[in-house]
Amino acid sequence: MFRPRAPGEAITLSSKRVEEIDRVAIRFAGDSGDGMQLTGTKFTETTALAGNDLSTFPDFPAEIRAPAGSVAGVSGFQIHFASRDVRTPADAPDVLVAMNPAALKANVRDLRPGGMLIVNSDAFTDKNLKLAGYDSDPLPALRDTHQLVEIPLTRLNREAVKDLTFSQRDADRSKNFFALGLMYWLYGRPIESTVEWIEQRFTGDAREANRRVLLAGYHFGETTELFPVSYVVPRAKIEPGAYRNITGNQALALGIIAAGVQMSRPVFLGAYPITPASDVLHELARHRNFGVRTFQAEDEIAAAGAAIGAAYAGHLAICTTSGPGMVLKQEAVNLAYMTELPVVIVDVQRVGPSTGIPTKVEQGDLLLALFGRNSDSMLPVIAAASPGDCFHAVLEAFHIAVKYMTPVVLLSDAYLANSSEPWRVPAVEMLPRHPVTLRSEPDGFEPYSRNPETLARDWAVPGTKGLEHRIGGLEKEDVTGNISYSPENHERMQRLRAEKIERIVQDVPAAETFGPDRGDVLVVGWGSTQGAIESAVEEAQQDGLSASSVHLRWLHPLPANLGDLLRRFRRVLVPELNHGQLAMLLRARYLVDAQSYSKVQGQPFKVREIRARIEALARGEA
Amino acid sequence: MAETAPATRKDFVSSQDVRWCPGCGDYSILSNIQKVMPELGVPRENVVFVSGIGCSSRFPYYMNTFGFHTIHGRAPSFASGIKLARPELSVWVVTGDGDGLSIGGNHLLHTIRRNIDLQILLFNNRVYGLTKGQYSPTSRLGMKSKSSPQGSLDHPIDPIRFALGAGATFVARTVDVDAKHLQETLHRAHAHKGTAFVEILQNCPVFNDGEWNEVEDKKTRDAATLVLRAGQPLVCGDEDNRHGIRMEHGRPTLVPLPAGTDPREVGITVHNEASDSPAYSYQLATLARPRFPLPIGVLRCVSRPTYEELLDDQVQEAIEQRGRGDLRKLLHSGDTWTVGG
Repeated sequence: MFRPRAPGEAITLSSKRVEEIDRVAIRFAGDSGDGMQLTGTKFTETTALAGNDLSTFPDFPAEIRAPAGSVAGVSGFQIHFASRDVRTPADAPDVLVAMNPAALKANVRDLRPGGMLIVNSDAFTDKNLKLAGYDSDPLPALRDTHQLVEIPLTRLNREAVKDLTFSQRDADRSKNFFALGLMYWLYGRPIESTVEWIEQRFTGDAREANRRVLLAGYHFGETTELFPVSYVVPRAKIEPGAYRNITGNQALALGIIAAGVQMSRPVFLGAYPITPASDVLHELARHRNFGVRTFQAEDEIAAAGAAIGAAYAGHLAICTTSGPGMVLKQEAVNLAYMTELPVVIVDVQRVGPSTGIPTKVEQGDLLLALFGRNSDSMLPVIAAASPGDCFHAVLEAFHIAVKYMTPVVLLSDAYLANSSEPWRVPAVEMLPRHPVTLRSEPDGFEPYSRNPETLARDWAVPGTKGLEHRIGGLEKEDVTGNISYSPENHERMQRLRAEKIERIVQDVPAAETFGPDRGDVLVVGWGSTQGAIESAVEEAQQDGLSASSVHLRWLHPLPANLGDLLRRFRRVLVPELNHGQLAMLLRARYLVDAQSYSKVQGQPFKVREIRARIEALARGEA
Repeated sequence: MAETAPATRKDFVSSQDVRWCPGCGDYSILSNIQKVMPELGVPRENVVFVSGIGCSSRFPYYMNTFGFHTIHGRAPSFASGIKLARPELSVWVVTGDGDGLSIGGNHLLHTIRRNIDLQILLFNNRVYGLTKGQYSPTSRLGMKSKSSPQGSLDHPIDPIRFALGAGATFVARTVDVDAKHLQETLHRAHAHKGTAFVEILQNCPVFNDGEWNEVEDKKTRDAATLVLRAGQPLVCGDEDNRHGIRMEHGRPTLVPLPAGTDPREVGITVHNEASDSPAYSYQLATLARPRFPLPIGVLRCVSRPTYEELLDDQVQEAIEQRGRGDLRKLLHSGDTWTVGG
């Protein structure tokens, strides 16, 4: 019988056989109250410390606490780690840890055929099976198709904490740590950092319980005969430097603060809570010691209005939102376009239309960002490609906003927002510095005179003597900014404003291909699909196909060499998590036969999905 | 550009032609604000006028200060951003009954409750002027207009009661053509720390002419208005026809005051704009024509910290507790690890 070790007893290495593997993907799944996100996060941190490259994908319901045991309430966290470069959280998990029948039901079809399935057998009661919608016990059939490991996790957990003055309910809350400890053993992860974390984070019986249960899970692995083998994933070759795990939303918050420091201007964030963007507001609100002012407005419109007001007053202003909020902001954003004020609008895209599926990923707001306002007012749009890239993308967005005096849209999405990757912490001295120049000279000042290179007007802020002037949404006379209804002036101003945005192309690096710069198939992507696209292209190349990819960071203006690049390939494939928005733009702009590959399931692309399309195109089947 | 002479009204007049309809109440308001501005002692470059959309919202174009003509109903949001970013600026919002109370009602409510130090001037002419004559949220029930040929079905909202309900720390009402009272009220609004909400009764000669005749006309205004003075009894009318207001059990009563009567002796309520409870000011705000004289002046003025002060305090507190932000430290915070080269 398994016996938990006494506190302080040494952890010994298992005497079982250890097998070396180069990669594995694990998914933890349970009730949204089971602590699966925490389990996944701790496993991720430990895996990063163990020196693997990794990518994660948290997948949780929009309901805060859906009914316990129901499929609607299942929360999952997938981690893919390897001794080599990892670009995606993996198409299919190799291991699924299912804490109850609902978690099994929601996730088992994703599990790789023959993969390992670890279940909490205690949770497979008649009641839970019924809650999950099973007519009969699904486990017998799964014994044939998967490596099924049934563990009485609830009982083992209760046993481990039985002498503590805990209610059974409280005791059961720690069973995720049992699963975590077990997985640490199975994949040869060091357990110490999590033990330390528990000791710092918890007090009293909870600390003792969590610590014991984590160790109990670990020891169970090495003692039980259910696992004849454990695995080790050697360290990956990683560029030297300091690293941390980072999600897209964390990276975005850090990037916003960094922009204020690097541009020597105070930062103002106007925001209204919305999934999946709220974490950026939360994170920034914690860093007031950087002089950051966060303003939780009464609605999305007020958040945009306040940010534009702050920009007018000389702050580095930003709004963070998601689709429905993005729509509400458009009138205010168009005013910023018209008055030529620098503001960054972040849309962390989620599934639509309307409320859609708030926690799931889609790339449906590209055309909204580009065109979604009255009249012609195409905005500059930049898209982040990975969680860590959100940091650099927001720095770049601010730089362009101020240099060209324009609103800039930064597109992230629900997948980038919550996924994490190891991020090499940039050296502050290597970050771009773009000090801001505010107009101070009153002589010769005209509100709408322009820099001849960028066509930007001056940033002339209140409080500057001699620069008193009026701006607004009415059409204004060239140079003076006085109200003008002249037909010729309006046409000139419309062209000037549009040309100013076009000129940002001077700051957009040329598009570079991943793979050869000519050939059969060019895959064109943007945003969070980069990892899946490049993995698919790499596999296709290894199979001898002529395929390359190009990933667009700026969606407007597009890189100057893009048209030329598109024409060097026989076929152009554009995978997007929408109905083909970029594909439509490329076709209209370059008259190339770009083929849209559309997926709108609220889930990121799988590598194999894109790879199959590349193969079909390369072989002339599509 | 050295300006050594004290600023005058002219310094606040912009070069733009004013384009309101002849006879519009806005002319008088503009002129009085331009008159008051140099008296406030704020350097012109530190003054910002922010407006939404509507006739009144053209206002910033005519002031030789900083000005931002924004979008319909949202001026309080833009003004909030300006003031939070730069608390040293004197920020004025100009709005109307449609802009402020219909499309922008939400922003007005939340800006007032936050007590951001803004002056919000709501020009109330009880009609949509710029869209040519539809009923507004302050129009009387049954008002016939282009969009309500059989009479408006909307129960009107009272701007003063709205502001009090939102927790305003300063609420006043004044009249477009009453230069002295208007100027005095603007001074009071500017002196107040926090959101100062001022309803200015304003005549629209084209679409709702005469709406405020009783209170604008010098012949009738003494009887039609109750001019509020802090610490003074609520008395209206002239020596021959004086009345006082007595608040009893939450209900106002109009009490005739024969010549020689001391209003205090007969229990006429003494105006207390700093009353702990807004209930008194709210009762005052329920006084309306024709049963009662219309209160003019400061209905409520109390002190509460402003949002921007509290925000700055949090910034200072964070700096004191954690030191000024260090980007390098921040980027390396959390669990980090080093990969050797």
